[in-house]
Amino acid sequence: MLINVPETVVADALRGMAASHPELTVDVENRVVVRRDAPVAGKVALVSGGGSGHEPLHAGFVGPGMLSAACPGEVFTSPVPDQMVRAAAAVDSGEGVLFVVKNYTGDVLNFEMAAELADEEGLRIEQVLVDDDVAVTDSLYTAGRRGTGATLFVEKIAGAAADEGAPLDRVAAIARRVNESSRSFGVALSSVTTPAKGSPTFDLPAGELELGIGIHGEPGRERRAMMTSREIADFAVNAVLDDLRPGGPVLALVNGMGGTPLLELYGFGAEVHRVLRERGVVVARTLVGNYVTSLDMAGCSVTLCRADEELVRLWDAPVETPALRWGR
Amino acid sequence: MLDADFFHRWMIAAAGLVDRDAEHLTELDSAIGDADHGSNLRRGFAAVSAALAKEPPQTPGAVLSLAGRQLISTVGGASGPLYGTLLRRTGKALGGAPAVSRADLARALGEGVAAVSQLGGAQAGDKTMLDALLPAVDALGTSFAAGRDAARAGAEATVPLRARKGRASYLGERSVGHQDPGATSAALLIAALADTAETAGGEA
Repeated sequence: MLINVPETVVADALRGMAASHPELTVDVENRVVVRRDAPVAGKVALVSGGGSGHEPLHAGFVGPGMLSAACPGEVFTSPVPDQMVRAAAAVDSGEGVLFVVKNYTGDVLNFEMAAELADEEGLRIEQVLVDDDVAVTDSLYTAGRRGTGATLFVEKIAGAAADEGAPLDRVAAIARRVNESSRSFGVALSSVTTPAKGSPTFDLPAGELELGIGIHGEPGRERRAMMTSREIADFAVNAVLDDLRPGGPVLALVNGMGGTPLLELYGFGAEVHRVLRERGVVVARTLVGNYVTSLDMAGCSVTLCRADEELVRLWDAPVETPALRWGR
Repeated sequence: MLDADFFHRWMIAAAGLVDRDAEHLTELDSAIGDADHGSNLRRGFAAVSAALAKEPPQTPGAVLSLAGRQLISTVGGASGPLYGTLLRRTGKALGGAPAVSRADLARALGEGVAAVSQLGGAQAGDKTMLDALLPAVDALGTSFAAGRDAARAGAEATVPLRARKGRASYLGERSVGHQDPGATSAALLIAALADTAETAGGEA
C-alpha cells in the first residue's frame, strides 16, 4: 500500500487535496472540504459525506454545480455529526442546506444527529437518503438498500438545481426524484484491503466473483465461477432494469470499483450498451470511470437513472469539481 | 456506593479492554461487516480517556455523559451514535447524584439500552449489541459478575442468529455462523465494569 501509516491515510489525502486544489478550502484538522467561494449568496447549499475509501466521492465532487462541502470519515466509517454541522455552517447562505446521505446505518444516525444540532443553531436543513442498490432486499429484515452509484447522479443533478437558484424544497424534491428514478448493481472480482487491516476483508479466490456487493468490502449475496464481461453485463443490467420504473431514456453510470483498468471498464460499457439496446432502452448520457469506489477492489457497478428532459438538462449543466467538470 | 472515581476507572478499564481486543473485534467485523470496529472503538475510547483526564467530572452521571459525547464526536459509523447514546442516556438517568448503588446503575443502564434500541430500531435477537446488553442489564441486578457472564453469553449466542440490522443484514443468511462484533464489544464494556468493581474490592 502507498501509505505512511494506517492512522493518517485520511489526513494525508486531505493534505494532498489542499495542495492540489486551491479552489477548495480543506480543513484537515476538522475534516471538512468546502468550496472556497462558499457561502454563495442566494443559493441553496449541498453537503454530503461518508466513509473514506470511495474517492473521488464525496470531496472530489465539491465545487460549482455540485456539492458545497463534503465531510470525509475514517475509511469506510461515516463521519461524525460535528463535521456536518461545521460544514453546514460554513456553506449556508441563508437559503438552507441539503444533506445528501447514503443509506447506511452509521451515515443515517450521524447525519440525523447533525441535522438536530444544526437545527438548534438555527440552520434550515433538509435530508435526502440515497438507496439505489437492488442487490439488497428492502425489507424489515435488513437495514434497507444501500446508497451507491446513484449518489453521483443525486449530487450532480441536485447541485445543478441549486446552482440555478431553486429553493431548498425544490432542490430536495429533485434529489429525491433522482434517487427514486435510479437503481444500481455491483460486482466484485477481488476483495478489498483496508489500511487498518492490511489484508483482504473477505476471501475471494481467483476464478470466482461476488455478485451484489456494496462499496465497503462487505461480501455480496452470491458467489459464482468467473464470468465474462458480456455475462456480467447481462446479469447486472437486467437486475437493475427489473427494478427500475419503466419508460424514457436513462443516464448510465458504468462505474469502476477502484481496481479495474479503464480498458476493461470501457469494454464492459460496450456490453452494458448492448444489453440496454436489446431491452429497448435509450441511453441519453453515459459516464464511464472510477467514481464511487471501494479502495482497491476490482469490479464494477452499473447505475441507471430514468431521466426526463429536466433531469438531462440538469445533468448537462456546467460543473467544476476535481473529479467532474464540463460546460464551463 | 459507586462514585465518580469508580465510573472514571470503569471507562479507563473499558478503553484498556477495547485496546487489547481491537484486532479481534476488527477480525469479527471483517467476516460480516467492514473490518473497522476495533480501530474505531479504540480511537473513541482513547478520546474518552483523554477527555476524562483533562477535566474529571464530579458525578457518575457526568462521567458517562462526557464519555458518550466523546464517542459521538470521534467514532463515526453506527457505533459512535449508538455507544454514545448508551452512555449519555445512562448518565442522564443517573442524574446529579454524587454516588449511586449497583441497582441504580442497572436501572439507568436499562434506560440507556432502551434508547439504543429506539435509535437503531433493533430488538433482541437481531444480532446486535443489544443481544449482550439486554441480558447484562437483567443480570446486573444480581451482581457485577453475573452481568459480565450474561453479556458474554449473549454475545456468544449471536453466532447462529441472522442479522437484521446494520451492515451485516446485507448478507442475509450468510451472516449466520459469525459472532456479532457489536455484541462482542458491548460484552467488553460490561466486563470492564465488573473488573472495576472487583478491583474496588467487593460488591457495591
